[in-house]
Amino acid sequence: MRPVFFIPLALFLFFAGLAAYMLANGRFETVPSGMVDKPLPEFSLPPAVDGLPGASQANFIGGEPKLLNIWASWCLPCIAEAPQLERLKEEGVEIIGIAIRDRPEDVADFLSRYGNPYTRIGADDISELQIEIGAAGVPETFVIDGEGKIRYQHIGDIRADDVPEILEILEDVK
Amino acid sequence: MIAELGLAALWLATALAFLQIAAGVLGLRGDAHSARFAVYARPAAVVQAFLAVLSFFLLLYAFAVTDLSIKLVATNSHSMKPFIYKLTGTWGNHEGSMLLWVGVLALSGGLLAGMEKRLPEKTMSATLAVQGFVALGFYAFLLLSSNPFERLPVPAAEGTGLNPLLQDIGLAVHPPTLYVGYVGLSVAFSLAMGALITRQVNPDFAKVMRPWVLFAWVFLTLGITAGSYWAYYELGWGGWWFWDPVENASLMPWLAATALLHSVSVLAARDALRTWTIMLGVLAFSMSMLGTFLVRSGVLTSVHAFAVDPERGTFILVLLALYIGGSLAIFAVRAGSIAEGKRFTFTSREGALVFNNVMLSAILAIVLLGTLYPLLTEAFDVRVSVGPPYFNPAGAIFAIPMFIVMAIGPLLRWKDDKPKRIQFELCLLAAIAIAVVSLVAILGDYAILPLLGLALAIALGVAAFLPLRGRKLSRVPTAVWGMVMAHFGVAVALFGMASESAFTQERLAAVSPGSTEQLGDWTLTLEGVEPIAGPNWTAIEARVLAARGNEDPIVLTPQARDFWAPAQATSESALITRWDGQLYAVIGEQTEDGRWQLRVWWKPFVTFIWYGGLLISLGGVLSIVGRVRLDLKRRSAVRKGNQRREDQAKITGKVQVEPAE
Repeated sequence: MRPVFFIPLALFLFFAGLAAYMLANGRFETVPSGMVDKPLPEFSLPPAVDGLPGASQANFIGGEPKLLNIWASWCLPCIAEAPQLERLKEEGVEIIGIAIRDRPEDVADFLSRYGNPYTRIGADDISELQIEIGAAGVPETFVIDGEGKIRYQHIGDIRADDVPEILEILEDVK
Repeated sequence: MIAELGLAALWLATALAFLQIAAGVLGLRGDAHSARFAVYARPAAVVQAFLAVLSFFLLLYAFAVTDLSIKLVATNSHSMKPFIYKLTGTWGNHEGSMLLWVGVLALSGGLLAGMEKRLPEKTMSATLAVQGFVALGFYAFLLLSSNPFERLPVPAAEGTGLNPLLQDIGLAVHPPTLYVGYVGLSVAFSLAMGALITRQVNPDFAKVMRPWVLFAWVFLTLGITAGSYWAYYELGWGGWWFWDPVENASLMPWLAATALLHSVSVLAARDALRTWTIMLGVLAFSMSMLGTFLVRSGVLTSVHAFAVDPERGTFILVLLALYIGGSLAIFAVRAGSIAEGKRFTFTSREGALVFNNVMLSAILAIVLLGTLYPLLTEAFDVRVSVGPPYFNPAGAIFAIPMFIVMAIGPLLRWKDDKPKRIQFELCLLAAIAIAVVSLVAILGDYAILPLLGLALAIALGVAAFLPLRGRKLSRVPTAVWGMVMAHFGVAVALFGMASESAFTQERLAAVSPGSTEQLGDWTLTLEGVEPIAGPNWTAIEARVLAARGNEDPIVLTPQARDFWAPAQATSESALITRWDGQLYAVIGEQTEDGRWQLRVWWKPFVTFIWYGGLLISLGGVLSIVGRVRLDLKRRSAVRKGNQRREDQAKITGKVQVEPAE
C-alpha cells in the first residue's frame, strides 16, 4: 500500500461529507426577490371578484403594516394556506390579495369554500405586478410597511409555524 | 396492465442484478463448485438488459397512447400534444429519464456480457459483478424513490403537460445523447474495477475497454456541442458557454473521458500507464454520477431549473458514496500491487500523453473546484457565484501547454525520441504561431488569451495533419485518420472560440422605428415593433432589416417574450449565419422616449466552435470503425490460422502446440 493512492479517496470523502452536510442543512429556499427593502411598485388592479374592491399601491400607504398575498384559486398550496391567513386576519392583520390569472367565478367559489381573509383583491391577469414585485410563483406573501415599502418576502405557502414569525415582523416594521 | 408489466419487468431485472452480483463474486473464487454458479453471470446480464429495455418501451407505449391512469403520464403529457413530443415526453421528466438511464446501463451491461470473449473469465466475473452492483443501486433508486409506473387512484380526465416551452426537438434529443455517454463510461468503470480486483491490468484489458470509452466519448462530445449551441441561441445572451453547474456537469466527464481515452490507448499499444488508466476509469464514471447528482439533487442553483428534491438528492448521494468511495477505497488498497508498466522517457509519445493527461486532469480539477466552491462557501453561509473570471484564466494556464504538447506529441515516437529528429516540424509550427501573433497584434489591440488561442489554433490545425507527412495516404489506418480528424476538430473549435472572443463586434443602441444602425459592414434598419401572441406567451417582435454591404436585406425578427405559467421573460434571438460568422440580434425594453433597445453582435467564425465539436466526434467514430474492423480482421485471421493448424494436424496426425494469440 502506498499512501499516495489514498489521496483520491480522502478528497472524495471530504466532498461527500460536505454534500451530505449541505443536503441535511437544506438550503432549498428559492431566490429572494431583489425588491425587498424597496418601495412597492406603482400598480392599480381592478377587482378580482364581485363585492370586494380592487387593489392599488395607494392602499398600502398610511396606517398599519399590511400583508400582500399573491395567490390564485387554481393553486393547491393556496388552499393549504387559507387557515393561516384566516388566523392572521383574526389577529387584526389587513391582508390584500392579488389573484394571478384568475376568473371572478373561481375566486368567489374559492372564498366561499375556504373563507375570505382579504379586504381587497386585485386581479393581475397578465402577471404584471407578480413580475414587478419579483414573485416567482404562487403563493407568496409580502410584508409592506406603512410607508409602502416591501420589508419581507415569504415564498411558498404560510405554514402554521410561520404565523408567529410573520406577526413578529409585522410588529417590528410598525 | 402496461404499467404493471413495466414494473414487474423492473423488479425482475433487479432480481437478476442480484444473481449477476452473486454469480460474479462466486466466479472470483475459482473452485469447481463456485464455477457451476458463476456461469449464470452472463445470461443474467443479458436477460436483465432485455427486461430493463422492455420496461422503458412499455413506458414509451404508455406515453404514446396517453394512458392517463399513470401518474407520470398524467402530470407530464396531454392528449393534444403532437405525437413526437408525446414520445420524447417519456424522458422529459425525472422518473422517465432515470428509467432511460437504467435502460441504457442494463443494455450496455448486456452487450458487454454477451459479446466480450477476450478477457480472462475471472476478470469478466469481477467486471460483471461490479456492473450488476452499479445497476442494482439505480434500480433501487428508481423503484424506491421514483417509480415511473405509479398509478393514480382515479385516472385523470386530462394530462397537465402541454407546456410548449418543453416542446423543443433539441431538448428532446440532448439528454439521451448525454446519458448514452455517461452510461457508456459505466462499462469502462466496471472493466477497470474488474481488472483491478483480479490484477489483470494489461494491454488485452485496454483493448477491450477502448471501444467503450470511444463510444461514450463520442456521445459526450456530441451532447456538449449540442447543449452549447442550444444555450447560445435559446438563452439570448450571446454567449456559448456559461460555466453553469449543469454545463460543467457534462464537461467534467468529458475531460476525464478524454484523458482516459488517451491513457487506455497507451496501455493498449505500449503496456504503460496502468494505474493511470484505472484511476481515470474510476474518475470518468464518478464524474458522470456526480453530474447526475448535481443536476438532480438541486444542491447547486443553476440557470437550468430542474425540479429540486432533497430526498432524491440524498439517495443519489448515498449511491455516489457507495460507488465512488468504494472504488477509490479498492484503488487505494490495490493500486500499489499493480506492477509498473513499461518505462519511457519524457520526450516520447507516452511522455507527451502523460503530460496532457496531467493537464486535462488539472483542468478537470479546476472545473470541479469552481463548480463545488459555492457549495463549500455556503456551508459557511457565504454566497458566491463562480464564473468566467475564474474559469477562463485558471483553465488557460493548463490548456495552453496542453495545446502545444498536443501539436507535438503525435509527431514523437514511442518509448524514446530525440527532439532533433522533428526539428523541421517544430520550427514550422513555431513560425506559424509567431506569424499569427504578430499579424493579429498589428491589426489591433486584442486581449492576450484570444491572441494566444488564435495562434495555437492555426498551428494546431497544421500540426494535426503532420503525422500524415511522408506516409502513403491509402495505407494510413482508419484509427489514425480518426486522430487527425479529432485533433483538427479541436483546432477548429479553438479557432472559433478565440475568434469569437477577439473579434466580436457588439452594438447596443436605442433605436426608433425607421432609423438605421451600422455594425461592421452590416446595416441594420428597424422597420417596426409589433406585439404578437403565442399559445402561452405574449411578445413584442421587432422587424429588423439586415444587409451586408450591398446585398439584399434579410428580415430578422427577434422577440422579447413574456411567458405565463410559470411567469418568465425570455429573449428569442434572431440569427443570420454566414460562412465567416453569425449576426445575432436581440430586442430589449422600450425606453421612456419610445425608442427600442436593440442589441446586435457580429461574431466572426463563431460557428466553428460547433463544427469543431462535430469534427471531434466524427474523429471518434472513425477511430471506432478502424479499431473494430482491425479487431474483426484479427479474429478471422486467428480463426483461419487455427483451422489450418487443425487441418495440418489431421494430415500429419501430430498435435501441434497452440501458439499464444
